Amino acid sequence: MSEQTASWYNLYDARPQAEVPAESPLAWSYQHSGRPSVGEKSRVVLRERALAGHLILRGGAIVLDEAVRQVLGVGLPGRPNTLTLDESGERSIQWLSPDEWLVIVPGGEEFALEKRLREALGDAHYAIVNASGGQTLIELSGDKARELLMKSTPYDVHPEAFPVGKGVTTVFAKANLILRRPTEERWELVLRRSFADYLYRWILDAGAEYAIGVEE
Amino acid sequence: MFLIYCPYCEEHREEEEFHPKGQAHIARPADPEACSDEQWGDYLFFRDNPRGIHHELWVHAVGCRKFFNITRNTVSYEILETYRMGEQPRFTAEYPEGKPAEAAAARAEEVERQEGVKA
Repeated sequence: MSEQTASWYNLYDARPQAEVPAESPLAWSYQHSGRPSVGEKSRVVLRERALAGHLILRGGAIVLDEAVRQVLGVGLPGRPNTLTLDESGERSIQWLSPDEWLVIVPGGEEFALEKRLREALGDAHYAIVNASGGQTLIELSGDKARELLMKSTPYDVHPEAFPVGKGVTTVFAKANLILRRPTEERWELVLRRSFADYLYRWILDAGAEYAIGVEE
Repeated sequence: MFLIYCPYCEEHREEEEFHPKGQAHIARPADPEACSDEQWGDYLFFRDNPRGIHHELWVHAVGCRKFFNITRNTVSYEILETYRMGEQPRFTAEYPEGKPAEAAAARAEEVERQEGVKA
């Protein structure tokens, strides 16, 4: 039994070919809690990048780095709590723990990406999990976005402590999420599905004083 | 705010993100079948409760989710060091000021220098 290495795997396309309506984890929250419109007074703007492809990569850094460079064209972030983006800024890889990375790609790409990564990795010791259905990504922008975060998380979000290109998993409003800063003005929050409604309502409440708006 | 240094994230994080998991460095008997009931019972259930320096296993539960060790003083609650799994503590009950490895190296260097002067 030990002779056999894991040279086989089951790989499913989680997106059905048929026209089945897909809903983001926040679909119910939008109906139930509403979406405040973005106005001139809005100093925080929330935008969801719904139904993106999320892959969790686990394994040795060197082996994964080689495969990821080959397939995605960007290197694996080797330092703790860092984030790398590709040139378009649409694909990202984030360090989660010494042997775990999160790859986020535009929705629909994750199946082909997983397939190519598995081909590139061959017999190496690794794991890839498609977590697309389990989490969603929201963006916060606006000049008061940082103040909203300061009310919600014990992590230091001062620009000196949290430069562009950093990403951490931390406590946020007694729940937890992945907080990251891909560009100067934009913060990204990766929410778990089960926390999505609670955190959405928390953010709306915390952002009320900044006239938070939710982009359609 | 109470910050703990995570040796895997390589930065200080809020205490809320961590969970204590009891005494560290408990080795499972190599051959459980050969253990007496007393040895096995000690391994499973009995833990030290020292006054002073204690080595503990903690997990960065909301973060990198890695286990690591903390050397803590149970009298002052001071955290003396955190270190990765598989590493040995620098502060122990015998060496509450830190293992003399570095001190010894420094002293050896000094001695060497003096001897150098003598020669």
